[in-house]
Amino acid sequence: MPKRTDIRSVLVVGSGPIVIGQAAEFDYSGTQACRVLKAEGLRVILVNSNPATIMTDPEMADATYVEPATPEFVEKIIARERPDALLPTMGGQTGLNTAITLHETGVLEKYGVELIGADAEAIRRGENRERFKAVVDAVRARTGHGESARSVICHSMAEVLAGADRLGGYPVVVRPSFTMGGAGSGIAYDEADLRRIADVALTLSPTTEVLLEESIIGWKEYELELMRDRKDNVVVVCSIENLDPMGVHTGDSITVAPAMTLTDREYQILRDIGIAVIREVGVDTGGCNIQFAVDPGTGRIIVIEMNPRVSRSSALASKATGFPIAKIAARLAIGYTLDEIPNDITGQTPASFEPALDYVVVKVPRFAFEKFPEADPVLTTTMKSVGEAMAIGRNFPEALQKALRSLEKKGGQFAFAAETGKEALVDAVRRPTEGRITTLMRAVRAGATRAELAEATGIDPWFVDQLFLVDEIAGEVAAAPELDRDLLFHAKRHGFSDAQIAAVRGLDEHEVRRLRHDLGVRPVYKTVDTCAAEFAARTPYFYSSYDEETEVAPRSRPAVIILGSGPNRIGQGVEFDYSCVHASFALHDAGYETVMINCNPETVSTDYDTSDRLYFEPLTLEDVLEVVHAEERAGPVAGVLVQLGGQTPLGLAQALKDNGVPVVGTPPEAIHLAEDRGAFGQVLARAGLPGTEHGTATSFPQAKAIADEVGYPILVRPSYVLGGRGMEIVYDETRLAAYIAGSTEIGPDRPVLVDRFLDDAIEVDVDALYDGAELYLGGVMEHIEEAGIHSGDSACVLPPMTISGEIERLRASTEAIAREIGVRGLINIQFALAGSVLYVLEANPRASRTVPFVSKATAVPLAKAAARISLGATIADLRREGLLRPHGDGGDLPPTAPISVKEAVLPWTRFRDASGRGTDTALGPEMRSTGEVMGIDPVFGVAYAKSQNAAYGALPTKGRVFISVADRYKRAMVFLAGALAGHGFTLLATAGTAEVLRRNGVEATVVRKHHDGSGPDGEPTVVQLIYQGDVDLVVNTPYGADGRMDGYEIRTAAVARGVPCLTTVQALAAAIQGIDALICGDMGVLPLQEHARLLRSLGEEVLG
Amino acid sequence: MTAAVLVLEDGRVFRGRAFGAVGETFGEAVFSTGMTGYQEVLTDPSYHRQIVVMTAPHVGNTGMNDEDPESSRIWVAGYVVRDPARAPSSWRATRGLEDDLTAQGVVGVSGVDTRALTRHLRERGAMRAGVFSGPAITTEAAMLGRVRATPEMTGADLAREVSTGEPYVVPALGHPRLRVAAVDLGVKSMTPHRMAQRGVEVHVLPSAATVEDVYALEPDGVFLSNGPGDPDTADLAVVHEALRRGTPLFGICFGHELLGRALGFPTYKLKYGHRGINQPVQDRITRKVEITAHNHGFAVDAPIEGATVTPYGRVEVSHVCLNDGVVEGLVLLDRPALSVQYHPEAAAGPHDAGHLFDHFVAMMERQRA
Repeated sequence: MPKRTDIRSVLVVGSGPIVIGQAAEFDYSGTQACRVLKAEGLRVILVNSNPATIMTDPEMADATYVEPATPEFVEKIIARERPDALLPTMGGQTGLNTAITLHETGVLEKYGVELIGADAEAIRRGENRERFKAVVDAVRARTGHGESARSVICHSMAEVLAGADRLGGYPVVVRPSFTMGGAGSGIAYDEADLRRIADVALTLSPTTEVLLEESIIGWKEYELELMRDRKDNVVVVCSIENLDPMGVHTGDSITVAPAMTLTDREYQILRDIGIAVIREVGVDTGGCNIQFAVDPGTGRIIVIEMNPRVSRSSALASKATGFPIAKIAARLAIGYTLDEIPNDITGQTPASFEPALDYVVVKVPRFAFEKFPEADPVLTTTMKSVGEAMAIGRNFPEALQKALRSLEKKGGQFAFAAETGKEALVDAVRRPTEGRITTLMRAVRAGATRAELAEATGIDPWFVDQLFLVDEIAGEVAAAPELDRDLLFHAKRHGFSDAQIAAVRGLDEHEVRRLRHDLGVRPVYKTVDTCAAEFAARTPYFYSSYDEETEVAPRSRPAVIILGSGPNRIGQGVEFDYSCVHASFALHDAGYETVMINCNPETVSTDYDTSDRLYFEPLTLEDVLEVVHAEERAGPVAGVLVQLGGQTPLGLAQALKDNGVPVVGTPPEAIHLAEDRGAFGQVLARAGLPGTEHGTATSFPQAKAIADEVGYPILVRPSYVLGGRGMEIVYDETRLAAYIAGSTEIGPDRPVLVDRFLDDAIEVDVDALYDGAELYLGGVMEHIEEAGIHSGDSACVLPPMTISGEIERLRASTEAIAREIGVRGLINIQFALAGSVLYVLEANPRASRTVPFVSKATAVPLAKAAARISLGATIADLRREGLLRPHGDGGDLPPTAPISVKEAVLPWTRFRDASGRGTDTALGPEMRSTGEVMGIDPVFGVAYAKSQNAAYGALPTKGRVFISVADRYKRAMVFLAGALAGHGFTLLATAGTAEVLRRNGVEATVVRKHHDGSGPDGEPTVVQLIYQGDVDLVVNTPYGADGRMDGYEIRTAAVARGVPCLTTVQALAAAIQGIDALICGDMGVLPLQEHARLLRSLGEEVLG
Repeated sequence: MTAAVLVLEDGRVFRGRAFGAVGETFGEAVFSTGMTGYQEVLTDPSYHRQIVVMTAPHVGNTGMNDEDPESSRIWVAGYVVRDPARAPSSWRATRGLEDDLTAQGVVGVSGVDTRALTRHLRERGAMRAGVFSGPAITTEAAMLGRVRATPEMTGADLAREVSTGEPYVVPALGHPRLRVAAVDLGVKSMTPHRMAQRGVEVHVLPSAATVEDVYALEPDGVFLSNGPGDPDTADLAVVHEALRRGTPLFGICFGHELLGRALGFPTYKLKYGHRGINQPVQDRITRKVEITAHNHGFAVDAPIEGATVTPYGRVEVSHVCLNDGVVEGLVLLDRPALSVQYHPEAAAGPHDAGHLFDHFVAMMERQRA
């Protein structure tokens, strides 16, 4: 059945900001879908509030709406665009929920929009737990296999408690309906657990519905990815086995593809059940993911759940097999059948087959618990990881060890030290935590047996044995009189890095590498080809292995090797992938052969058709050097690009150069000038620019002396960390003493940096291009929050709203620094404007997190330009080509240009401490946001309101506002509180704040502080009011005595109940402008393409 | 560690470690792409005289059990894997893979770059090979000479070597509704089981069974099994008689090739065959695609489009493989006979085509009525 002719335009709903459980994989899926639909000649309309995505690039769709993907905004877009169809399956749970709401409220019917990919009934059958249970029962009747865990659906705490009794006691699993990434779910071992978990779960479920079910903790866990077309052809694309058994969310598990420990009979039963489920649910033009639990003792199979959409697992499966699920799902949605769609990789066989793998794929999660020290690190059914790395090897140990080193986490790899304390280690691995796999290896080395470890962890004995195999090889490497070719080859075949071998042998990594090269032990590169070599592959998607034959073909065009950014983590996310992908596109267009190296399966950069060649490899020096070697043998290499993937590739720059690799763009020495504090101070001095006063200290007296000299408040941080880790603003000597005392990692060779903190300064971020002669100011972003909050966590606005008079000074300073450092490409500089002094906080000679935001706000592709400059193009060239504006730059946007607001999205709801209390939401100098959204509109208030809507939900336009601020903000607060009262809000405040407001003529109702407890007549405290749902907006600043006392409870209550919570006065000021805009009337929507047209015409007017 | 060497007819050599029995073995090198089902592959009689290369790197993870074998012994002539399991893990496993290989004297090699080998076989075609391990290893020239001295698969008559010596009966599960005479040309045990599940009493006969042997059973249908070797060598008397009489006839794999020959179509050897459990086969009438299990090195050469008139009436190609357009099924329009080149019994493999046994049963029931 060919393409449907009745669909001419399709609205694709994206997943919005990156949050835990819904991350960059949906950029990958959505981008694939948009490209396919466009190639099919359809008009593609896209909505996604996340600017840091490839899918929201203007060329990916015909109309790109960077607007909240909420029913309200999507309806506006539908009214404006009148699409024939809506594809809801590419935008994760967000996209699906929005589509279902639009269906249920009759909006789709009203505008004649058809849901394609999965209809509303199928979505409900798949997602509603009770209905899915009926599906599983029907499947069992048909196939004789599969069942649901025994369970009860509950809508109140009373039903929950009764339900636990009906299931026959504890433990029980609690799962809220319609949340993503397992948010709010957990395992209750007793009634107290149950009350705590169910209370949160009931709140988080949009339908106030939770499921209690029998515990199947410790069972084997599998997933199948299936696709079905409208002729009822079904294929299983991939099987995935979780190394961590049931009880750990699959997003937090180490997972392996294909399944390793099933016989064919058992696998075929899972396949039969899977096919019966997709038919019964009724997904007939797309894909789904089905999760199974298998009792390791009996083989009893429980069907856990299905997602009738593309998912994190389907992205992983696509990368693991080379079968592009989202791309094919999009084709199925518009009417094609599987046999009509060619397999891109072979070019000669159809997509109606099941991939055969001749390699092993391992995915490992990356966590960020160090950012949330109070959070409970035990892994549960709620997903907590922020990213993942995938590796491919010709056996499991090779893939596992490559994946672990792809994590770039200290202590994340096997260390092979001597270990003692077996009992304690065996006990430690009983609880699933981050890094359990390395603890397991320590237990192996401490003498634990296979049986002990399999019993303690529930991990299948085959996997446990593979760890023993790795340990035995480490033993052989340690014991050998010398490292000969056979032993080295054997170790490399099992994934040992040069560094690991060096550590075991007491050598230097470089010595091992030299010896290895002398012995001719080098990796070969194999192709991911979907068919285990049965047919020739034409897609150069490679992974390394120590085997006989390499498949890298010679080429004649010069290659540029682009280093990606590795696993997503807080501080280094999808924004960097965006820049890498842009570089690849731009350099391909400029005639280079582009070669991508990355290990993050959630990205567009690791799609096999993004670059001319893809190496799915760890981003370590060893792995990168080997790829460079392989490519140098294949043809000319113009250079390696390290500037666009964030800190990961930048950290390799010097070592690559030292190994003779041509690093293009800003030279490694220049990177050092920006990163080394002393050197950077000299750069500033030469440029005549002020930095903040600072010093380094290794003891409290030294720190105190610096603080006394520069004056409080001060910003203190360990000198050797990045991303604001361990950074704190200290207001007095007492706290400084506590900080030094509490920081265990400060010592003579690990000094602490002490900077004067610029209180009340305005922070400004600049992204600019420099080619050695000319500066192109990409954009100037004014932070909404004051300086001191990590730039990644603060909202910002472009063009700047209050400092437009400073642009020339910013431009001159930026140019001076870029020139002094020797930048060739992008530079990001953070300034703080305090009074009339413009301080330079830091400079990063690389693509920054804000590049995609600036590119979209100004309609100029900065990363593409940077890539070209790195390879020798000048800004003048790029102006001529039209890549950059012919005149002017992003600093001189016309006054009527649209205003773009970026807001950070924080993962507060994900993390709880061991007793179930939420984590504090106060912002600080350490970055903790996982993603961002963009609001764009001609009016600042509207742009801000959109950003809030996309990030956290709509700002309230009426109701009750609780205000509690530190004394030093009270004066600023009076005016803002008055504005809220003027809009008809009822103000609530604690006694002190209420008194200040009253004296200034603003009435506020006094509420009790949390620490005072309920009143004699049961008067509630503010925290109780929030939990009761009697507060619509919370304003609470974290600093100062008043805020500190109750702040934590107030803010966590607000997060738990989903009440907007503003933690700075500046954010409140912006919010009031947003509320003004909301009250004044309708918010319009406009695609980026029209914003760009507007910008161009305004630019011409200015020039004319 | 004992060394082992795989020597291909064209002179290419792969070195690895001995796996299973130590010694030497010869056969046709072929690759199988299934990621599960090694126990079924090893015990499938169609792999007789073949050295099987597993493209899946880890083999043996779930050990060996007593429920899954497709015959009473391992049939592969030699076994080539990359990373064999050291310890089996499955609640059904009773022993390890290597235990069985060694016990049954199957010479194998592990640690080979199986992907390079597979690519070689894909480009050059399936070919004769030998595995030599331990003391059997000599010079490459000498080993190559031994390989080149072995017989080719083309022209090989192997059904006799794998067939049962004596007839036996697989009783119907539940009340027996129908009786089938099944000619064992290398039958897999799942095949009669699939018929037994549908109330068929299956009388399995040796490959040398005559027309008289078959019809002495007064069968409702005749079944021609899968099996090894070149279909050009087989005796077609039973097939012709069944067609002549109009007895419902069903053939799988080798049996399909025999039906093809009986209808007058030539068979030919594929370059490297179809061996795996992920092959897309399209039903020419419904246009539906099934994912199917394959193990065939030969195929029937019949026109894909339209019906061909034969002495037994019109015949059409019912199924084709979408990967390469190879004929995968035949159906007679005027008599009750059909056959498929692939394996609807699916062991190992997906169950998508299990309904073909229902067709066979329906054919027999119609004939009875």
